[in-house]
Amino acid sequence: MGLETEYGITVPGYPTMNAMVTSSQIVNAYAHLLSAPGATKPRWDYDEESPLRDARGYDMTRAEADPSQLTDEDLGLANVILPNGARLYVDHAHPEYSTPEVTNPKDAVLWDRAGVDIMNAASSAAAAVPGGANIVLYKNNTDNKGASYGCHENYLMRRATAFSEVVRHLTPFFISRQVFTGAGRLGIGQDGRTPRYQLSQRADFFEVEVGLETTLKRPIINTRDEPHADPEKYRRLHVIVGDANLSDTATYLKMGTTAIVLSMIEDGFLGPLDAMPLEPVAEMHRVSHDIELQHEIALSGGRRWTAVQMQQEFLERAWEYCDSRWGSQYDEQTKDVLTKWGAHLDALATDPSSVSDTVDWVAKLGLLEGYVRRDDLAWDDARLALVDLQYADIRPDKGLAARLEQRGRLQRMFDDAAVQQARDNPPTDTRAYFRGRCMSQYPETVAAASWDSVVFDLPERDTLLRVPTLEPTRGTKDHVGDLLDASTDAGALIDALTEG
Amino acid sequence: MAARENAEQKKVSKREETDEVLEEPGASAASTQEKEALDEDVDSILDEIDGVLEENAEDFVKSFVQKGGQ
Repeated sequence: MGLETEYGITVPGYPTMNAMVTSSQIVNAYAHLLSAPGATKPRWDYDEESPLRDARGYDMTRAEADPSQLTDEDLGLANVILPNGARLYVDHAHPEYSTPEVTNPKDAVLWDRAGVDIMNAASSAAAAVPGGANIVLYKNNTDNKGASYGCHENYLMRRATAFSEVVRHLTPFFISRQVFTGAGRLGIGQDGRTPRYQLSQRADFFEVEVGLETTLKRPIINTRDEPHADPEKYRRLHVIVGDANLSDTATYLKMGTTAIVLSMIEDGFLGPLDAMPLEPVAEMHRVSHDIELQHEIALSGGRRWTAVQMQQEFLERAWEYCDSRWGSQYDEQTKDVLTKWGAHLDALATDPSSVSDTVDWVAKLGLLEGYVRRDDLAWDDARLALVDLQYADIRPDKGLAARLEQRGRLQRMFDDAAVQQARDNPPTDTRAYFRGRCMSQYPETVAAASWDSVVFDLPERDTLLRVPTLEPTRGTKDHVGDLLDASTDAGALIDALTEG
Repeated sequence: MAARENAEQKKVSKREETDEVLEEPGASAASTQEKEALDEDVDSILDEIDGVLEENAEDFVKSFVQKGGQ
């Protein structure tokens, strides 16, 4: 699994700054931090027809360039693969960080956190360049003026699973999970015109049930089919409904519960559960707009469930499923996800304020209500809109979620040392390990890389060498750790790989 | 790990306490006191936040304009 987050970007005092330029400055500033002094190398000209098209942009020459020298024609190219196996690039007019592939929700949280760290380091580096702009980044999903940008989840699924089953079960699951995944938003409607609070940043931007689009007419279930892996075996389920979370636990529950539901769908375990709302898109909005969590979703056959009740139905089946699959030999993390999922649903049903240290929308609401009470503010006061926005400011000194964490009011799952480690190193149990190690060990000889390949340019060879990594569970530390330790240069690595 | 489990337990016990309090006579006085303590707690957070909030809230929020993404 993995997460890709587009960050909101602004330069205070300069609202007309071109966001593609500033996003490129962020990406290039981090590339510059990574590159060793003097490590220049001729630029590789990618052919448009090249199979490597996705991976273009890894380029030491560009990394060495002063960000201010960028011209418009360079802008599409800011795109780097990092030593932790992640990808940092410009997508539309936002800097985007895609985590390396991980096998479990805890690691998803950790490498997502590493992304926040990387964005902060990049922003500082960009500001340090003479004449560099003071770029501020936000981990949110809307400007409250009609624009939205995503935090997408990806899950590896078996190709054989019928997509109709995915749609039938995931639609109600996504509509109802907002009660603990919502990052909170002050404003109703795509332009946020009505000054009322809602659970989700993203909900109002969804207009259809199923579809391929991600930037307009956004669908609850996205059908993009680009597995970045063996297409015969795998599908990559691309989930675009989620909010970008500041709370570690919210990210953990979002990824953990969704992965369990997907396993149940793959194994045909949810067959009889019929939770499909009569009006999926409208219910997505209604659930988000109801911060009392009392709204009843109308299902076929005249049944009505609140979002929390719907989640409890999924949870009950998840316990049965995991019991039948593992018996007493439970995987620790799966058990932890189920336990916390249940505890959160209980809390949301009785006293939502009791999860203000793990659920973003509850934490933010606590601050907003505090201001309303203390300063007697109306809900359309600009100061409240600022609290909503600044909650997602990722700077440790300015961000409100960050301040809550420092006070112990928002739980953290990892300390700074662990995040630092994940910023510089890949996870050990996926192909991201191979990619990341190659990036840090042979930066001069890696010509390009993508999710499913690493391409080497060895001085002694005339042609580029492409090492495919189509199987996400290969290229792990167990598989190639010793080999990489023993290979002092990329030539030795290639020799060893081709011998094997 | 242990810290998080403790936090979960604390939450549960906090809820139980609230329930008990509500059942006793004189509960409204107790819950008013509790609410005041809670407000003071939130106020101390707000005091801190006052110091970091961007200036000119209205202008700042207005100028946060993004291009759409995915």
